[in-house]
Amino acid sequence: MSFRVLDAGDAALTIEFGSIIDPALLAAVNALDAAIVRLQQAGGLPGVTETMPTFRSLTVFFDPLATDRDAVLGVLQPLIAAAGQGSPADGRHWRLPVCYEGEAAPDLAEVAQTLGIGTDEVIALHSGTEYLVYMLGFLPGFPFMGDLPERLRLPRRTQPRVRVPAGSVAIATGLTAIYPWESPGGWHLLGRCPVPLFDARRAAPSLLAAGDRVRFVPVSADECRALEAGLASADIDPLQWLDSTPSPAENAA
Amino acid sequence: MSPRTELEILSPGAFASIQDGGRRGHRRIGVPWAGVLDRRLMRLANALAGRTEDAAVIECFDGGLRLAARGGAVKIAVAGDTVLEHESSEGRRPLAPWRSVTLADGEQLRIRKMDGGRIAMVAVVGLEPPAVMGSASTYVRAGLGGVDGRALAAGTRLALTADAEPWGSDRVLTQPPAADPAPIRLVPGPQHDHFRPAALEALVGGEYRVTTEADRMGIRLEGATLEHTGAAEIVSDATVPGSIQVPGAGQPIVLLADAQTAGGYPKIATVISADLGRLAALRPGQALRFAAVTAAEGARIARAAEAETQALIASIRTLPPDGIDLVALYTGNLVDGVVHALAAEYRPLY
Repeated sequence: MSFRVLDAGDAALTIEFGSIIDPALLAAVNALDAAIVRLQQAGGLPGVTETMPTFRSLTVFFDPLATDRDAVLGVLQPLIAAAGQGSPADGRHWRLPVCYEGEAAPDLAEVAQTLGIGTDEVIALHSGTEYLVYMLGFLPGFPFMGDLPERLRLPRRTQPRVRVPAGSVAIATGLTAIYPWESPGGWHLLGRCPVPLFDARRAAPSLLAAGDRVRFVPVSADECRALEAGLASADIDPLQWLDSTPSPAENAA
Repeated sequence: MSPRTELEILSPGAFASIQDGGRRGHRRIGVPWAGVLDRRLMRLANALAGRTEDAAVIECFDGGLRLAARGGAVKIAVAGDTVLEHESSEGRRPLAPWRSVTLADGEQLRIRKMDGGRIAMVAVVGLEPPAVMGSASTYVRAGLGGVDGRALAAGTRLALTADAEPWGSDRVLTQPPAADPAPIRLVPGPQHDHFRPAALEALVGGEYRVTTEADRMGIRLEGATLEHTGAAEIVSDATVPGSIQVPGAGQPIVLLADAQTAGGYPKIATVISADLGRLAALRPGQALRFAAVTAAEGARIARAAEAETQALIASIRTLPPDGIDLVALYTGNLVDGVVHALAAEYRPLY
């Protein structure tokens, strides 16, 4: 697999495998990431401080006082060459509840109208697909997931919202996501997920990891409120929505 | 048991938060480093206070911070080009910055304003906030670190541990670093090929100005428009502190400590780590220029900057135990009761 090395200042560099969203590129990224983490743990990458896997590239952060770009690349070359043969990560499977009703779904009607289908069909399409968690980023625990069914694809909102509520389930440009935090945002809001995606007190603060697979299960507004209350009082364990548990890359790191 | 000693925030000024070296190792799950905007200032403040170099400090923006010792004496040091005032029952007196001072119970310290730059670091003996994911740094957006994940507010009381008292003599940095007006250095890329060649020339050759949108997340600049060759969009990838993102309108945004960890705008260049603190200290309206270097040159500059910082720390001297502040003595007015009407501390507040 071909790749490019891109400079990201004096303290990071990016290995880019491609410019599009494609599970084959993700497989190479995750294979390289896992190889680097293993080498780091064995003490074979002095000065490398952390890595950030994304859809199509891996950014390697290093301490410029301890090493430099050329020294890091020298060690990475064989790992990069081997990463092209990487197979998709064996992530965990989740079934997360989503309320697609009322004020939890402020853009549902407009999305249905724009796409020329009914709101029921939007919900059926969105919840009838299993998504791959391509990467986490933008906000702590924010999962970029894909791919949306063709019929649900539309660009970002022309007017981004100043305030997207935490828990919002959103779509844009072939992807779906859940906002773990209130933030500005330009995606279309289809529903609300009551499960907290990020909790600094957990050993693995992010619920989801790159390579995981997620399915959404529609719940009513009443069920959603009950789940929220149960989660807030710790009567409900967020791990109950885990379908299967092979070891995720995130926990191995 | 003696009453617990606290540091009370009487006023946070424009923005003040608890920061340390940053929350490292979690960018892969979307958690920015946060941490101080100028590591050198943090290290100097802590060295002046006799603390470890990356102990948690109070980072303050644009002055206005007012602190008081409660329940006991508190030892503090301030790094940054500030105008300081010490207030006790005997009244107010100006205090030289870049030194440590002990506030007796009830006494106050005010950063009246910044003489230069925007950032000051206040090191406090006994300030040991709990680490969240490995760091005490405040990251407001996700409510991590500091005091309940929030910026410091008037009335906040920071409990101090009882360590290290008595503290001995105060310390001073006799020759603080001068403001450096040289261009901010950047490394072209990672997506400079998404721009017309003239764009990088414009960025490096032209003058840019800091807008009012400048905070811990980043700094929006205005200046020559940087034209993309195609869409002003990429498939989101990692950002780093220093990334210069260019959205469709062609005006650059430099990302800092609290910035999002991934973004979909092409990044024309990256400011080198040694110059990020200098950039963050620029005020809205202030002009700046950029100069291009290679990544390897950036690393050499980082090592040279580290040597300078270590030399500064090594130059810190103990103030005489009789309390005479030689810096104040040599730079101030020697006749008691006469004030220097033109001195910075007597200029009107703006």
